[in-house]
Amino acid sequence: MHELALTESILRILEAEADRQAFTRVRAVWLELGALSHAEPDAIRFCFDLVMKGTLAEGARLDILRTPGQGWCMACAAEITLGQRFDPCPLCGGHQVQVTSGDAMQIKELEVA
Amino acid sequence: MCTVCGCGQASVNGRLVSGPAGQDHPHHHHDHHHDGHDHHHHHYHYHHDHDRAPTETPTPVADAGAHHHGRGPGGAHVPGLDQARIVRVERDILDANDARAAETRALFADRGILALNLVSSPGSGKTTLLTRTLADLAGRVPLAVIEGDQQTSLDAERIRATGVPALQVNTGKGCHLDADMVARAVDTLNPAGGAVLFIENVGNLVCPAAFDLGEAHKVVILSVTEGEDKPLKYPDMFAAADLMILTKMDLLPHVSFDVDRCVDFARRVNPDLAVLRVSATRGDGLAAWRDWILARRATWPAPDTERTAS
Repeated sequence: MHELALTESILRILEAEADRQAFTRVRAVWLELGALSHAEPDAIRFCFDLVMKGTLAEGARLDILRTPGQGWCMACAAEITLGQRFDPCPLCGGHQVQVTSGDAMQIKELEVA
Repeated sequence: MCTVCGCGQASVNGRLVSGPAGQDHPHHHHDHHHDGHDHHHHHYHYHHDHDRAPTETPTPVADAGAHHHGRGPGGAHVPGLDQARIVRVERDILDANDARAAETRALFADRGILALNLVSSPGSGKTTLLTRTLADLAGRVPLAVIEGDQQTSLDAERIRATGVPALQVNTGKGCHLDADMVARAVDTLNPAGGAVLFIENVGNLVCPAAFDLGEAHKVVILSVTEGEDKPLKYPDMFAAADLMILTKMDLLPHVSFDVDRCVDFARRVNPDLAVLRVSATRGDGLAAWRDWILARRATWPAPDTERTAS
């Protein structure tokens, strides 16, 4: 359940940004979670409400933006789309695939007051 | 509810938008990636339009740190006072962990310390392999161990019995070591220059994959008494590792574990993964494991340091 630790990291970023960008309340959080990232959106949602209770982001809305996984097939020398980390190359069926993007876990924007 | 963004009760551009969840509404998620080069440069345009016709012009998000959107509920617009505003953040959740890990990695580089992050399920024989490895390396190189467990200092006691300095980190309810725990442990343990530092992570094939500790390599340990399909079931960990050690090879005749299939599964997840087959009790593969470690250790003291000293 490392999503709890990840959600606590989100709170620390919100608190740091509150100082930096001068706001006191967070009403919404836009979070990018790549399809190949280390977090389950449902688990993050579950932890989010718990962790934000009693903080500057209590009751805030969490919008999770899922981005697709992308990889590079060495055999095809081509950029491909990956549903999961261990998926084969959709072009050749091989597994000589390196993940190139889609593993981000990043807070993009906040709606604040 | 929109399955991409979860909107439905959403506030749009600072205004609350009424309407039942699940209402069919036009909106755009614009996501422009500039691929083919190293730096991250994403533009996200969150443009939700529940009550107007779709438009091809996305609402731009200005590059300034903060800006106001739209009108207030009563048509009033008092900047900085009553309006919700959108601020750009663009920070990775793991920024703080990764920054701390980078500090530790720099410290390791300064002191010529090779740090290995050992990860596995509980019961893979990680501590048994480690005590045997320490005995093999004793006298050749300085050694140190950080032991991560939820509770007890039993593992650190097992390690200290070998004569190697060991520090136990109890994570409490935590399921993994993080960079800050390790940085503080390194500070206390203060490994010798040129040491090999083993960081035995909490037994867990899921959570430790996400947390950089400043190590040179993650080493994933899988015993043949486990399922050969674990690399497919827990791909993140096998993707993050540089070496897989198959342990308890002496038990192979008694279990249905297809080594070749396991290695094939692991390399589907990580084509560059190195593999060693080891029995810590019988001794198979221990020499290869020792050589793997020593080959990655920096020459210490560094040649430059010697020249400066002389």
